[in-house]
Amino acid sequence: MEAIQIDGLTKYYGKARGIIDLSLSVKAGEFFGFIGPNGAGKSTTIRSLLGLISPTSGKASILGNDIVTESKKVLEKCGYLPSETAFYSGMRVGEIIKFSAQLRKKDCNKESKELCERLQLDVSRNVDELSFGNRKKVGIVCALQHKPEVLILDEPTSGLDPLMQKEFFEILNERNKEGATIFLSSHVLSEIQRNCTRAAILKEGKMIACDSVNSLSKTKTKKISVVGDFDVTKLTNARNIQKVQGGTSFLYGGQIQDLIAQLAKSEISDVTIAEPDLEEVFMHFYVNEKANNGEKK
Amino acid sequence: MTFVKHELNQGMKTFWIWTSSIAFMVAICVFMFPEMTGEMDSMTQMFSSMGSLTTAFGMDQINFGSLIGFYAIEAGSIIGLGGAFYTALISVGVLAKEEKDRTSEFLLSHPVTRVQVISEKLVATVAQVLAMNVVVFLISIGSIAVIGETIPWKEISLLHLAFVLMQIEIAGICFGISAFIKRGSLGIGLGIAILMYFLNLVANIAEGSKFLKFFSAFSMSEGADIVSSGKLEMKYVFVGMTVAIIGIITGYIKYSRKDIS
Repeated sequence: MEAIQIDGLTKYYGKARGIIDLSLSVKAGEFFGFIGPNGAGKSTTIRSLLGLISPTSGKASILGNDIVTESKKVLEKCGYLPSETAFYSGMRVGEIIKFSAQLRKKDCNKESKELCERLQLDVSRNVDELSFGNRKKVGIVCALQHKPEVLILDEPTSGLDPLMQKEFFEILNERNKEGATIFLSSHVLSEIQRNCTRAAILKEGKMIACDSVNSLSKTKTKKISVVGDFDVTKLTNARNIQKVQGGTSFLYGGQIQDLIAQLAKSEISDVTIAEPDLEEVFMHFYVNEKANNGEKK
Repeated sequence: MTFVKHELNQGMKTFWIWTSSIAFMVAICVFMFPEMTGEMDSMTQMFSSMGSLTTAFGMDQINFGSLIGFYAIEAGSIIGLGGAFYTALISVGVLAKEEKDRTSEFLLSHPVTRVQVISEKLVATVAQVLAMNVVVFLISIGSIAVIGETIPWKEISLLHLAFVLMQIEIAGICFGISAFIKRGSLGIGLGIAILMYFLNLVANIAEGSKFLKFFSAFSMSEGADIVSSGKLEMKYVFVGMTVAIIGIITGYIKYSRKDIS
């Protein structure tokens, strides 16, 4: 079954664009990445899925439950970590976590205790005094303690230190192995590349690519590093040109023969041709949409 | 019910601050009565000859020298205004504060329906308003007993019932508004309470502006009228309750469809 099914979802805030005609499907048990810069519509999509905002048009469902008409069922099955977590002033961490479990009518004591230990979260502290990172941890516990089938995480790692990020992804991977579907929105590409199997890329409210993380990185584009004197301007389809010490590096999306011919004519001492990492693919999706279209043809 | 409990906990501090202030001032007021009875003859005369001010507060219809007369005007103003302010404050913020503090995202990503949230918030608000009235009523009765006056049960109960009805109208209006706004709720709430208070005073003074009473919740809780007639003015009660219901329904409709940001 599809864990998340989105069909032509569109959301306008008055005249302002949120997302336009977004279609997407995530299979149960997938670790799915949702990539895009600020304002691309990631949060809008997520907030629509959770029924916090109502879509202008289109449909979506989570585990077969319609997000508009069966929102309560959707929420029962989901755990959600917002990008900015805010809690009721004056309450203690433990009280917030317990309140969250009570709203779900579940006893999550054991699970929450374990999560707090792993994330090193002090439950006796007042939520008003917490740092951004610690507030995030409270959010994580609230999103995970009821063992949801679908986890929706909106920029989960902001504010967490690297050790905590590692612990957090370990927990996510364990949950994923146990069968949970994970929908991870982020603009930190390395975490998508390391953890997700598939990803969608969002730009200005529209989805511009959706594929496995491997094939997204494995576009026809190659990352070329040349040591020596090489004139890149003679190549068409070269992007992200960077002069580095003693040479040049760039992304190349044209014919390999042309590249080799050009290389042969130049005074170079070394060349590396490699797959670009997701970061560079991403940049190319964003920075140069024209080139992107050309490549697709 | 989890959420009602949560709401009550959240509002506990505000509740006790307002309730104890109002109760304390009412008690002071009652305790002043024996002191004043001595000079009451001249006082009554003075109060009933202040022209439009006298009519504004209904002091022309009432015997200021009797406990209930004195109570209706003095304590009435305190409970009337204080109760209206408290009610306006809590009900105008009840839905808005979640968005202002950005807690609505936390709350609504749990398996609760909007209707459930609104209903439980409404229950919590009404419970707080009623509890405030009960505490104030008990303190008031107690104070009257302490100064050794006979308790005018009928009038005082009717008076307090009128205060509750007045507050319910204000609560209904503010509740509806609360669904629309995100911040600045406090000012709007107090503004409405003050505006209504003055509308009622104006309506009392100028004969031609009597119709303004329909726009003010305070027309229901006119202490002087209630004490002198021994009953509530049903036409104002009817209008007031209708307005309250419209406010609440509006709140439900708006909040069920609202985009939470």
